Amino acid sequence: MTPLLRISGLTKAYPGVVANDNVSFDIGIGEVHALLGENGAGKSTLVKAIYGLVHPDSGTMELGGNAYDPGEPRNARASGVAMVFQHFSLFEALTVGENIALGMENAPETTALSEKIRTVSANYGLTLDPDRLVGDLSAGERQRVEIVRCLLQEPKLLVMDEPTSVLTPQEVDILFETLRKLKAEGTSILYISHKLEEIRTICDHATILRLGKVVGTCIPSEETPKSMAEMMVGTTLTAPKKGAFQPGPALLEVHNLWLASSDPFGTSLKEITFNLHAGEVLGIGGVAGNGQDELMLALSGEERTQNGTIQFKGENIGHRGPNYRRTQGLLTAPEERLGHAAAPDMSLTENALLTGFGRQKLTTNGFVKWNATKNFARAIVEKFDVRTPSVNNAAKSLSGGNLQKFVIGREIMQNPEVFIVNQPTWGVDAAAAADIRQAILELAHNGAAVLVISQDLDELMEISDTFAVLSEGAMSKVRSAQGVTIEEIGLLMGGTEVSHAPA
Amino acid sequence: MLRLEARPNPSRTMQALTPVIAVAATMIAGGILFALLGKSPFAAIRMLFWDPVFGEFAFYYRGQILIKAAPLILIALGLSFGFRANIWNIGAEGQFIMGAVVGGATGLALYPYEAFWVFPLMIIMGAIGGMLWGLIPAFLKIKFNANEILVSLMLVYVASNFLAAMVTGPLRSPVGMNFPVSRNFSEYASAANEELIAGTGMHWGVVTAFLAVIVAYIALTRHIAGFQIQVTGQSARAAKFGGINPNLTIALCLGLSGALAGMAGIFEATGPAGKLSTNFPVGYGFTAIIVAFLGRLNPIGVLLAGLLLAITFVGGDVVQTELQVPKASIQVFQGMLLFFLLGSEILVNFRLRLNKKGVA
Repeated sequence: MTPLLRISGLTKAYPGVVANDNVSFDIGIGEVHALLGENGAGKSTLVKAIYGLVHPDSGTMELGGNAYDPGEPRNARASGVAMVFQHFSLFEALTVGENIALGMENAPETTALSEKIRTVSANYGLTLDPDRLVGDLSAGERQRVEIVRCLLQEPKLLVMDEPTSVLTPQEVDILFETLRKLKAEGTSILYISHKLEEIRTICDHATILRLGKVVGTCIPSEETPKSMAEMMVGTTLTAPKKGAFQPGPALLEVHNLWLASSDPFGTSLKEITFNLHAGEVLGIGGVAGNGQDELMLALSGEERTQNGTIQFKGENIGHRGPNYRRTQGLLTAPEERLGHAAAPDMSLTENALLTGFGRQKLTTNGFVKWNATKNFARAIVEKFDVRTPSVNNAAKSLSGGNLQKFVIGREIMQNPEVFIVNQPTWGVDAAAAADIRQAILELAHNGAAVLVISQDLDELMEISDTFAVLSEGAMSKVRSAQGVTIEEIGLLMGGTEVSHAPA
Repeated sequence: MLRLEARPNPSRTMQALTPVIAVAATMIAGGILFALLGKSPFAAIRMLFWDPVFGEFAFYYRGQILIKAAPLILIALGLSFGFRANIWNIGAEGQFIMGAVVGGATGLALYPYEAFWVFPLMIIMGAIGGMLWGLIPAFLKIKFNANEILVSLMLVYVASNFLAAMVTGPLRSPVGMNFPVSRNFSEYASAANEELIAGTGMHWGVVTAFLAVIVAYIALTRHIAGFQIQVTGQSARAAKFGGINPNLTIALCLGLSGALAGMAGIFEATGPAGKLSTNFPVGYGFTAIIVAFLGRLNPIGVLLAGLLLAITFVGGDVVQTELQVPKASIQVFQGMLLFFLLGSEILVNFRLRLNKKGVA
């Protein structure tokens, strides 16, 4: 049988890097095909070539036996290739229907379109009301808008880039039902994900990329997540070791914290109360956009809060800024590495100064001790195995994983008493992620209190002593992480999803 | 179609060389301009760049260069700090005028009282006047998120009308035959900004400008405040994470550049201009923007760029009188300098790609 899509010898080079090197593989009709690989392995470039966003330097593609060279996304869509991006391109101030109409070549008239949206979404179990404002939708619902937008074109091949990163476990189940239905109808799906367990559940075949080359193929259901991860990185991995948890005194006490989000489409914090103890790793799960960023800003001091809501070692610090908190021993690492945790065009030395100058005493009377700062940056690079030619290199020249190691290392090297980190291993390759988790565990083992906000439940289960969930700006009770099941967490994360809106 | 593509590793040498390339390109394009006007391009370029420094009358022109460079450098230093933080003070001309008016009014109020502290007090009041004028856009930006480019620019016209109102009203000289001018500061010993060494052009404003270059250089490269300003310009969120108060940075940058422009204004009024009049503003505040960028927002660069622009001013006068070209041609010449500077900067950081015609 001819495959739906055949890629042969596809090569694409960018200045200084070969993103795809002679890549070949087939996707059969009605097959869910996984594309596996670490960050920078060339998955995005490959997918962009298929969707016509990137023109390959050499190599050919065939769609249904005919030569396929889309050139631009419009032609790809016309040929029956649709794509759901990891980052949504939706206008928050417009309705679902308006957003979908904007993405169509010949959008039908509004009521007809609404009717069509309702039919398609009901057919595939993706509840969606075309008249709602996108700004009011959860991340999972926004993804449905993107998916329905694709399904309206009746695609032959649906490309999905990290589709589950914004979903609760229950929403993932619903999505998988949809994918199975599409598959049964003969639609092929190219599925890109880091989550190996999901790939085992849903995918028929997997192609593994490393440094732009195809390094292997497998049938995911016959592999273990560990064996697939090792194929991706090319080495054997060891899981971080976790010691027994003995809670010390409460270092950080958050009591009845309310905070209005400064972002009009953000989530305000509601009545957050918890204690964080020495030696504890508290994992906070939840779907993105449920108040994680706001909680982070409130704890780091970038947003000030009411007096009495945040106490650090018994002292009220709600009205104190980030630098005061740092010198006292409360250190943070925000989610966004480039542009928030680090200034992109500044060198690693300068970025070490950014959060280190107070606690590491890198200035005298305001004058910067550049040699001491450089040594501090070098120490981070050495201790945390940051791959960079020198500490004079700009932050943006580092790969995501290396910069993340630098950002985490910069804070851990300052011996925090309380360390708060958001998405510590987001977009980081497996080997670097394991190093970062190990460093966090060691920090807690040595008596620091650690709060980890993450959307990766496997990660939270691996490193947390205690566990809570953020949902719509409110936090669940903190409970022991031992014995928590994914189903329970899903319900805490707002798993009432199933009966959410009228079908 | 043409397309710009970011270079992965822009050459550092080329980045450092962009001002030199820009000057060379300006000379070539300027030469063509003069040739089109029917003048010898070589003579024009020589008169513009060479004669003021090394020509027959250089002994006179060199002093003039210093006099013209001092306000440019002083203003551009302040602007460069703000530009690094992405705070765009385009209204230095207005702050320059207000510095002159406030400082000048202070001196005129004390006339004819003679004391050593009159002149320093006038300078301080000039700096405060410029600073307060700069803080208006800062306040509106912090409070209402008003665009500082528009506000500071519009305040230039307010300032120049205020100056006109003052010299036709309260500050009008009683011995000025009803002309819209203030008393002449050179006739008031305590307020006059005389040349320190006769014939060199060196007055207190020039000394201050040179000192300011050194202070600014240290602040930018060695002090945490300079670092924080640079972080703010790079990424506002990273700056906030680093505990830098964005509102404070806005106030600091606009206040500082206003104060330096104000100081330049009062040095100019008490020295080279000699008095306040409706003809007092000659555009130093605007030319300083070119100086700041030509100097790559670096204090040493600003010093060199200020001197270069001053040479083209002085040289421009020479060309104008010797070759009988319109004043506008000199302004076009200076505009070309900024144009080529920005152009070569883009080409160093990006490469130009020719898109293939039709569907690829």
